[in-house]
Amino acid sequence: MVRKKYIGWLLALLGLLALLVFAVLLALSTGELKLSLGDALQMVVFGGDESSMEYMLISQIRLPRIILGIAVGGALSLAGVILQGIYRNPLVEPFTLGISGGASLGVAATLVFGLHMSLGSFMLPVSGFAGAFLIIFLVYFISARKGNVNINNMLLTGVMVSFVASSAMMFLMAISSSENLHGMVFWIMGSLDEPDNLLIWLTFISSIVVLVVSYLFVQPLNALRLGEEKALHLGINTNVAVKILFVLASLLAGICVAVAGVIGFVGLIIPHLLRLFFGTDYRILLASSFLLGASFLVLSDVVARTIISPNELPIGVITGIIGGIVFIVLMSGQGRKS
Amino acid sequence: MAQDFFNINDFSCGYDKFRLSEIGFSLQKGTFAGIIGPNGSGKTTLFRGITGTLPTLRGSIYLKGKNLKSIPLRSRAQNIAVVNQFVDAGQISVEDYVLMGRLPYHGRFRFFETHEDVSIAQKYMELTDIIQHKDKLMTELSGGEQQRAAIARALTQQPELLLLDEPTSHLDITHQVKILNLLQELNDETGLTVLMVIHDLNLASEYCDQLILFNEGKVFTQGKPEEVLTFDTIEQVYNTPVVTRTNPFSGKPVIFLISKKMMEKDN
Repeated sequence: MVRKKYIGWLLALLGLLALLVFAVLLALSTGELKLSLGDALQMVVFGGDESSMEYMLISQIRLPRIILGIAVGGALSLAGVILQGIYRNPLVEPFTLGISGGASLGVAATLVFGLHMSLGSFMLPVSGFAGAFLIIFLVYFISARKGNVNINNMLLTGVMVSFVASSAMMFLMAISSSENLHGMVFWIMGSLDEPDNLLIWLTFISSIVVLVVSYLFVQPLNALRLGEEKALHLGINTNVAVKILFVLASLLAGICVAVAGVIGFVGLIIPHLLRLFFGTDYRILLASSFLLGASFLVLSDVVARTIISPNELPIGVITGIIGGIVFIVLMSGQGRKS
Repeated sequence: MAQDFFNINDFSCGYDKFRLSEIGFSLQKGTFAGIIGPNGSGKTTLFRGITGTLPTLRGSIYLKGKNLKSIPLRSRAQNIAVVNQFVDAGQISVEDYVLMGRLPYHGRFRFFETHEDVSIAQKYMELTDIIQHKDKLMTELSGGEQQRAAIARALTQQPELLLLDEPTSHLDITHQVKILNLLQELNDETGLTVLMVIHDLNLASEYCDQLILFNEGKVFTQGKPEEVLTFDTIEQVYNTPVVTRTNPFSGKPVIFLISKKMMEKDN
């Protein structure tokens, strides 16, 4: 009986994995230079003529972008689902907590003060991460009292800090030159175009690590669905888990925003969609969110690259539009049901 | 002196503005006990103290001779289960919700439920007559059904002591009686010790063998229903004059309220 449920989960995960493979192959083969899905598969699995144009294009341009897409898409929805679990609120995500606001502020400050000129372009992701970290730190310590973190406090503090960060960001935009302004706006809109392979792998590995660690805390996450007090009645102290998961999810989101800019809605829409199918059990939500988020971002990037080719749309625009519409449809459908 | 099953000794806990003081009572194994008292007299606060949601300020609580503080959380939850006034479980299927009662028996990193877990949950869902709803979401159940599911979840913890916080307060009389009968059966048949906060004095009198009357953060008096539910005591604690009689069927005290108009007429 319960076995059936677990088999269902396994099949769903295999299905999502298949979707991800399909998305990756589609992304490898689509672009100005078109390949068949089969050729792309063959080239990835068996290698190809290393001097050919196709091979260069796939291995050095498309593949890194896809890996970053998997990492960022998976990480943002994972961070979303974790934060939603901690806050017992399906509308929470890295953006509502001010994490992206902080990262944007860091990047904007770097651009305005010209630090990327004097210290090198790696200052952009570093300052983005620093900004995100600062916000996490602020939210965490403002809402923590006597060693206990009050979850509702944390949410309110996050929203407030987020407002302050976006106002500060607007202030920086107002005083910056038009060239910097363009840089800021472009960065805010998000892109998977990241020249530094080290950053790509760093993001990828961080997202996998957080996925694995989150499974160590899946029991408190599940118990937390009843609230902290009732979890305690079941013998589970959620305090430590909440702290660790909050920091991990926020740092992961911070890394993503620092590397790929602001890519909204992934952390909101993917977990929401999966909850419709699986309910609220985090044992399946964590992994499935990661997989579906990864596929969603890789596919969104294909759309962003091809829709007005040879120009490229910012990926944040695509995820925002698709995610927003799907979300509204789902919400209105749910409203009618209840 | 025989060791008490559950003993609270000079206990105090609470908040900045309200705290319990000098709480002391004990329960024998298999007792069906009720905590009664006016609103704000500290009944729910005591529950929070027992479950460890509120830190203990003074005194201690003993379960089978062991200080509750020295019992790890999980084994505590294997011995004491709690049913709260509001279930508020969200979008969880009834079966998954009841299965959460097995969490105290799971290791920290246990991932799957066993067949044993499932059959225990099944058994208590049948006993509480909630089994036909097992695939529904908790939010789709009525108040009484949610309460029954919560009791099934608590029983799935297979506790020796069951704490209930006003389990019948928002139910109609049919469901009130159904739930209390169920608790009575469990108490009779399995020797489950029940400690229940309850507002309705007549229900408290009818079902409980021991009553603990709270007033202003203290135990005002305690004992058998006929010892506690007397005219004088109720007048003092509730500031309400009542008439007490004896239920001809059960021999337990029954309380009648008197309206102001009637009282003026009487005088």
